[in-house]
Amino acid sequence: MSIPKERQMEMARTMILARQFEETLADLVRQQGKIHGMMILATGQEAVGSGVCAALSANDILITNHRSHHHLLARGADPKALMAEIFGKRTGCNKGKSGTLHLAVPEVNALCTTTVVGGGPPIAVGAAFAQQYENREAVTVCFLGDGSTGEGSVHEAFNLAGLWRLPVLFVCENNKYAAAQSYREHTPVDSLAARGAAYGMPGESIDGNDALAVFEATRRARARALAGEGPTLIECLTYRWRGHGETDHQLYQPADEIAAWKKKCPIDRLVNTLREAGALGDADLEAMRATAAEAVADAVRFAEESPWPEPQEALDDVWVA
Amino acid sequence: MQKLGMGQAINQALREEMERDFRVFLAGEGIGVGIHTSPLMPTTGLLDAFGPKRVKDTPVSEAVIAGLAVGAAAAGLRPVIEIMFNPFFTLASDMIVNHAAKLRYLSGGKTAFPLVVRIKSGAGFGAGCQHSHNLEAWVAHCPGLKVVMPATPRDAKGLLKSAIRDENPVIFIEDMGLYFAPGDVPDEAYTIPLGKADIKRSGTDVTLVTWSKMLGVSLQAAEQLAAQGISVEVVDLRTLTPLDTDTLLASVRKTGRLVVVHEATRTGGFAGEIAAVVMEQAFAALKAPLRRVTGPDIPVPASPPLEQFYIPDAGQVVAAIKEIL
Ligand SMILES: Cc1ncc(C[n+]2csc(CCOP(=O)(O)OP(=O)(O)O)c2C)c(N)n1
Ligand SMILES: [Mg+2]
Repeated sequence: MSIPKERQMEMARTMILARQFEETLADLVRQQGKIHGMMILATGQEAVGSGVCAALSANDILITNHRSHHHLLARGADPKALMAEIFGKRTGCNKGKSGTLHLAVPEVNALCTTTVVGGGPPIAVGAAFAQQYENREAVTVCFLGDGSTGEGSVHEAFNLAGLWRLPVLFVCENNKYAAAQSYREHTPVDSLAARGAAYGMPGESIDGNDALAVFEATRRARARALAGEGPTLIECLTYRWRGHGETDHQLYQPADEIAAWKKKCPIDRLVNTLREAGALGDADLEAMRATAAEAVADAVRFAEESPWPEPQEALDDVWVA
Repeated sequence: MQKLGMGQAINQALREEMERDFRVFLAGEGIGVGIHTSPLMPTTGLLDAFGPKRVKDTPVSEAVIAGLAVGAAAAGLRPVIEIMFNPFFTLASDMIVNHAAKLRYLSGGKTAFPLVVRIKSGAGFGAGCQHSHNLEAWVAHCPGLKVVMPATPRDAKGLLKSAIRDENPVIFIEDMGLYFAPGDVPDEAYTIPLGKADIKRSGTDVTLVTWSKMLGVSLQAAEQLAAQGISVEVVDLRTLTPLDTDTLLASVRKTGRLVVVHEATRTGGFAGEIAAVVMEQAFAALKAPLRRVTGPDIPVPASPPLEQFYIPDAGQVVAAIKEIL
């Protein structure tokens, strides 16, 4: 089945937006010192968020992790509300409680971002259980990192999802590193996808820098899940261009490795494909970039002009009143 | 006397104990090759010094890091593990709370678990509540665990050495906000016993009991009050369990007033335990109700003004003292 053109254009748009949004964040943290706290970016991994989200429907639930900006932007979260939250402003999507690390955007069914590594998969099991329980025409997508598979919680989640045939897609972004540890320093086998078999679910390893491949894999897995055939593990092979966070010295990442992966830029890849197919001209691309730049500039302006929360507001939102 | 940050002092303690005892090994996430290379961090340089046999970088696997410590301790080694941020201790907690703390008891005293869990802790770095959550009261509630929370580089070094030599599981909680500020550390070898509080400033009007990063806030408050003729005694507990009730009670009997300061949230916080001990054993000495200055009962928020609101400051301590004078 071919991928509708507007989906492909959407993927290009959201990847470009995520790239610009995060490059701006890097600058705000490093050069301008305007954002306080950790900053974890997904530059180079945009095809995962965009490819997955383009294949979902509005009812599908997203559970994500610490490296979440590209997922949430691809899902349609408002860049202004995200940016203001990252700044810690009152107008942020979580009123300053979250900051960059735990963005919750229920407006787009992104119910939970957890920065506890391995925290997402068990929660995704619960969300998928609710969908199955009520026979909803929807699935749950859980983004996780390669390193998270070191956590027992991930394996418990895989097992239960497989056992109960829950409609969940475990999308593992294998970006080759867990903080300073390279993949083979934390995992003794070459393929994470192969682990699916141990839990009764198909595991597929795909080129995570190919948005179209990510889209296809997501579409297949979603169809399986909706047909009651249970979960799928999708391992997206990709690469983290930047350090784990913005204070990372990146001494453990070989320069030639980074350079080689930059040549496999997921945005260039889709753009070139669309160009070759005659679907995207130079003017379209320029327009896409300009729109993204404007959205990011608007978001930064909105965040900068927004008020800080009053200190006392820290006391709000602990409980449902 | 050397001037070291608390991170460096901890580093020295680890080095010295590893040199002294081959059974001591380290395990944790990013303790060998990390994302930073700051010379001020607790495990910097230890991989180079002792090699990958004794400095184990692990996968992101708190449960098995803790299990590794429990099993290796049972089998005769002396593990020192690191939990990167206090909230992630919850992932290790089955092995520590249900196992390390209980297995000796369950064996009728026949087995022992000499291990140290170093936990990096504290609010103030803008990461929010899944990275900042002071859980000392949770662990202090578990019989079988000792809980240590140093406030100065000197104490950190001496206490960690004792923790490593202790025959029991010790939870050693390090506030990351203390890693960088230099303090005096003796050049010669020394240890500081667990279970002994330290009077960091003597005074006669009120006893301030505190530990870890809140020592700084407490000393600041004491200094401000001294200028107003109010004499504050600052007791740094250093070890929560076993609690040094002798030092605590002697101070309260002397001053007749008590304020407890901690960064952790209020309800169920360790200040409540201190209050109870004082009420049970020195009620007659109290001239006024005691006061607690703590974090409010909320998760630590990420936004700078909200996080600032969370962390107790000297102004709050001064106000609390004035209320009971
Ligand atoms: C339970 C837990 N342990 C440790 C950490 C610290 N930490 C944050 S991200 C990370 C590495 C995760 O690697 P991976 O799952 O591959 O995701 P990536 O960062 O590469 O996107 C670590 C160790 C954490 N947040 N949670
Ligand atoms: Mg990774």
